This record gives sequence, C-alpha cells and structure tokens, in this order.
Amino acid sequence: MLGLGNILLCDEGVGVRVAERLLERYDFPEEVRVLDGGTLGLDLMPYVEAADRLLVIDALDVGAEPGTIARLEGDEVPAFFSVKISPHQMGLADLLAATRLQGAYPEEVVLWGVQPAVIDVALELSPVVAAQVDVLVEKAVAELCQWGIEPIGKQQEGR
Amino acid sequence: MRAVEDALGIQIPNNARIIRNLIEGIQYVQDHVIHFYHLHALDWVDVTSALDADAAATAQLAQSISDWPNSSPAHFQTVKDKLATFVNSGQLGPFANGYWGHPAYKLPPEANLMAVAHYLEALDWQKDVIRVHAILGSKNPHPQTYLVGGMAITIDPDSESAINADKIALMRKLFVKAKQFVDQVYVPDLLAVASFYKDWAGYGGGLGNFLAYGEFPGATGDLLLPRGIILDQDLSTVHPVDQEQITEYVTHSWYQYEGGDQASLHPWQGETQPNYTGPQPPYEFLETDGKYTWLKAPRYEGRPMEVGPLARMLVAYASGQPRVKQVVDSVLQQLGVGPEALFSTLGRTAARGIETAVVAEQLVPWLDELVAQMADGNFTVVNTDHWDPAGWPAEAKGWGPMEAPRGALGHWVQIKDEKVANYQCVVPSTWNASPRDASGQPGAYEASLVGTPIADPEQPLEILRTIHSFDPCMACAVHVVDGQGRELTRVEWEGRM
Repeated sequence: MLGLGNILLCDEGVGVRVAERLLERYDFPEEVRVLDGGTLGLDLMPYVEAADRLLVIDALDVGAEPGTIARLEGDEVPAFFSVKISPHQMGLADLLAATRLQGAYPEEVVLWGVQPAVIDVALELSPVVAAQVDVLVEKAVAELCQWGIEPIGKQQEGR
Repeated sequence: MRAVEDALGIQIPNNARIIRNLIEGIQYVQDHVIHFYHLHALDWVDVTSALDADAAATAQLAQSISDWPNSSPAHFQTVKDKLATFVNSGQLGPFANGYWGHPAYKLPPEANLMAVAHYLEALDWQKDVIRVHAILGSKNPHPQTYLVGGMAITIDPDSESAINADKIALMRKLFVKAKQFVDQVYVPDLLAVASFYKDWAGYGGGLGNFLAYGEFPGATGDLLLPRGIILDQDLSTVHPVDQEQITEYVTHSWYQYEGGDQASLHPWQGETQPNYTGPQPPYEFLETDGKYTWLKAPRYEGRPMEVGPLARMLVAYASGQPRVKQVVDSVLQQLGVGPEALFSTLGRTAARGIETAVVAEQLVPWLDELVAQMADGNFTVVNTDHWDPAGWPAEAKGWGPMEAPRGALGHWVQIKDEKVANYQCVVPSTWNASPRDASGQPGAYEASLVGTPIADPEQPLEILRTIHSFDPCMACAVHVVDGQGRELTRVEWEGRM
C-alpha cells in the first residue's frame, strides 16, 4: 500500500495522509507493507518490485468535483499517469514502467484517488479532501479484504 | 550543519568527517550515474533505433570498449526482445514523448541498444549501492544522521545496531560494486557516446566563469576536489574563493529588498520577501523585462558563475590535482580533443563522468580510514562541547560551503540570542538557472543556449541536451494526474525524463 504525494502542497499530499491514518488505526499482517511513498519516484522501485499486489493512494484529477473519489485498476493506472507535468519528473508512471521493463511488475495494481480542491503551498488538506480521507481509508481496507487480507483495528483508547 | 559549526567554532571528530565523505561520496556516484542513464542519455540515445540493432554486433561493440561481463549476444538479444515487447505495449513510461527519429540522433542502432541495456542495468545497480545511505544515514534520500558537531550514528564493533564489522563488510562490497560499474560501464559508454557527438564540444559553453567551494576534506583539512574560481575560460589562473564576494540580486525575481531591487545583498544580510508580480493563470508568457522568476540571481564579485561537476573538474585540473589531471587528459586524448573542448555541453557531461571515476575510487580508501580508526579504538562520532547555548556568543554568524552533486551549495546562518536570526541558502541550480541581474547579465543556462543550432523548433532536442547537461533541479514533486490524459501544465521541454 503506497501513499503518494507532496504534503507541502495541500491536497497533493492526500495519499500520504491516508497511509498515515491506516497505520494509526490498523495493525497489518506481516505480508502487508504500508508505505509513505512521498514523492520518491524511482527510489520506490525495490518496494514495488517486491510486491505481488500494489495498492496506490494518490491525488487524481478526473475533472470532477473536488473530493470525488475514483478507482483505477490494471493498465489504467500507468496510462492515466503517463502525462508528465515537470521536466525532471520520475513519477508513478516511470516507476511502474521501469518495474515492467525489469520484469518485476506486480500481478495486480489498483489506485484509489481523490479529486483535489487546492494544490498550493500548505501543510493542511482542504476541508473537502480532508473529509474524504476516512472514505479512502475504508476503500483501501476493503480492497485489501478483497485480496484476502484483514487489517485488525487497533485499540481505540488513548486516542 | 557546516554553517552552524562554523558560527560556533565546532570541530567535528575525524570519524564524522569520514562518514560524511562516505555518505556524500556514494551520493555523487549514484546521482551522476542516474543522471547520465536515466535523465540525460535519452537526449543522445534513440531508444526506437535500438530495435534495429543486431545483437551479435552490439556484443562485439560492447566487448571492444569494456570487459564488463554482461556483453554476450544472448544478453543483448534478451534486452532487445524486452524492449520490443515494452514498446509494443504502447505504454512507454520513461521513453514516452521522446523525439525519436530526430535527425540530431547520431548513434548507430548497436550503440543505442548497448546504452538501453545499460540503462536497465543502472536501474538495478543504483538501488543497491545507495543502501550505504540506509547504513550510515538511516534512510535514503535525506539521510537522518547528520548532527551539529558530527554524526548521530554510533561506531561499536560489539553492537548490532552500530557501525560494526558486518556493516563495514557490506559497505565494502557495495563500494566495489559501485566502482566496477563506473569503470566498466559508465565511463566506457560516456566515451563511446561522446565520440559520435564531438560537434557538441562546440556548443553550450556559456559563461566561462566557474565556481567550486571544494569538497571531501581529508584528515588535515585538505580537499580532494579543491576550492577555486576560473574566469573567462582561463585555465592558467585559479582564483581564491572569498565568500564575502557572493551577493544576490532580485531585480528580476519575485522578491523585494528593503533597500530597493537594484541592490544586491550578501546572504548574511539576505532578505526573502516574496513580491509576486507575474501573470495569473492560465499562464501565457512572462514579462522578462520585469520580474519573471522565483530564483534570485547570485553573483560573485558581480559576475554570474557556473557551478557543478564541470566547475569542480576545471578548478581541480587548473590547480594541478594529479588524479583529476590524469583522468581529464586521458579522456581528452581518447576523444582526440584539447582542453578547450571542456567548455561545452559535451565537456559538462564528460566532466560528470570524470568526477564519478575520481570519487568512486576513493570510497574504499575512505572506508579503510574508518576501519583504521576503529582498530585504534577511536569510536568518537560527535563533538558536543559547544552544545550548551550558555557558552555561545550573543551574536554569531557562519558559512557552510559544500559541493552537492549538482554544484556549489552554500548556507549562511546568523545566530542572535541563542536563536537563528537569519538563514539563507544559495543552491547550485540558483547559480546555474539564475535570471538576469540589475545590469542585465544572464545566468549560466541562458548563456549556454546562445548559438545552439536547432534542427526542428517543434522538437528542441538540442536545447534539452544543454539544459540537461547541467543536471537541473526542477520541480520533481508535483505529480497530480489528469484522468483524461490531458496535460495539466505545459512545460516547453516537458516529458523527457
């Protein structure tokens, strides 16, 4: 489970926030790794190569209302991420392509994303996207359950 | 770290010096290789042409330039098949939007296939060798063990969690692996590719002024790569660096200075007061007569300077650093060009490879230095003598120079009443990508593009070659995606990396 994004850019960092909340709320069996992938790009290759299944959470522009949640799977993921917006970018598409070239592509790739409202320098998510973090957490957990993995809710006291 | 250590007069222990050299040294090697294969090679290598290569002829070519073991016809056939499957899948990933088939590509198909094969090998290699950062820095990127006064990682032969014999052995293995790839793959590939692009020794030179703070201090404070300045392409004189001569202009930058925007300020007096006067989205064009960038314009004695591997290699070469001189001369001889060829796009790209070779061969000797310290029972990694603010002067200021892989990086700190009163960074890409200053002088990127021939303005491959030769540090952290596959932001030369 890879939470991607830049937490300095408001809603851009939503994937990271979802990963944090997952780790805060659940214990995961040994075969699951929940990672704050930040903006690392190719540095994440060893983790993706090691994965049988990859679940990505990220900000996703589907041209919908801010806060809209969308799911991509299989080849839709690299296809949607093929547009680069920076000349120095080694993003998710490159990461997945490099993994494919090396013959270590995960059997399944699923992405849950949310339409961002604000992409600007700020540490906090916009209210509309912040309200969707729990929804994405649920979606991620449901996806893992589909894969036969049951995260265990942590004790709630002290929180 | 160095800025605060300078301000408070802190000497770091020998072990900390060695560990910092190791962390930074492997960073250079990994970073430069990634830059060459994954960020710059595709400016010279036509991936689609590799599909026309003959695997046996590619093997012959590879074996003629290096004794790297992965050079059999079968290996190159496998890579070619893999590439064909990949290209046919239609999802080109890092190869998307390339200017494939552009007339400025000159390599024969076999050289292209060899380079693609090594592109893939470098992907595997880089993630392995950088494990040194996990060992010494706890993570990569952004190592966490740096500390004012030294390093926050313990040395203890009897502890599992400290630097011990096992970790030394692992690092030794990784350093050997790092050097092998540089000597047997990167440098031979660089020379092979360069031999087809010698005309690029005539373009992209730019400013002719070079600044290097120097790096990799030895036990007596001497630097492996010396500090100095080269002016007007004159290699007969190396000028000393006086950091007091560094100032920054904001005349064309979206900031304002209290004393007016025609002035320039030394970083100790530096001000960072945003003043955005640019267009509102959607962005059509920038008003280059006025303010047009978030970068300030750093100058040395009023002059724009280039920083980076080329600056370091020129300063070292002109200073007579014996090993740099030897490698530079050998590269020039193999390409059949003189030192004047260094002042170019090709020279900038070659200098990065030369530097990688020089630094890679220091990694094991540096590790041996650490081993010798351990054998002497010297495990000290940090000097905490000046940690208590009670002992600090009411006011202190410091300068922390370092050479990042991309070039000269300076931090300036001012401490007042135990607190940071001002902190300014002048980073490598600010020097190289600098806008114009109050008197209209361009920075390194801009100057280097003057006179570059462009075969097809719609596909400005030649501009990419020169800009990429600087290893620009651009926004690598914005990656929101358009679900319809449309562009969100158009960058003139986007989508190449």
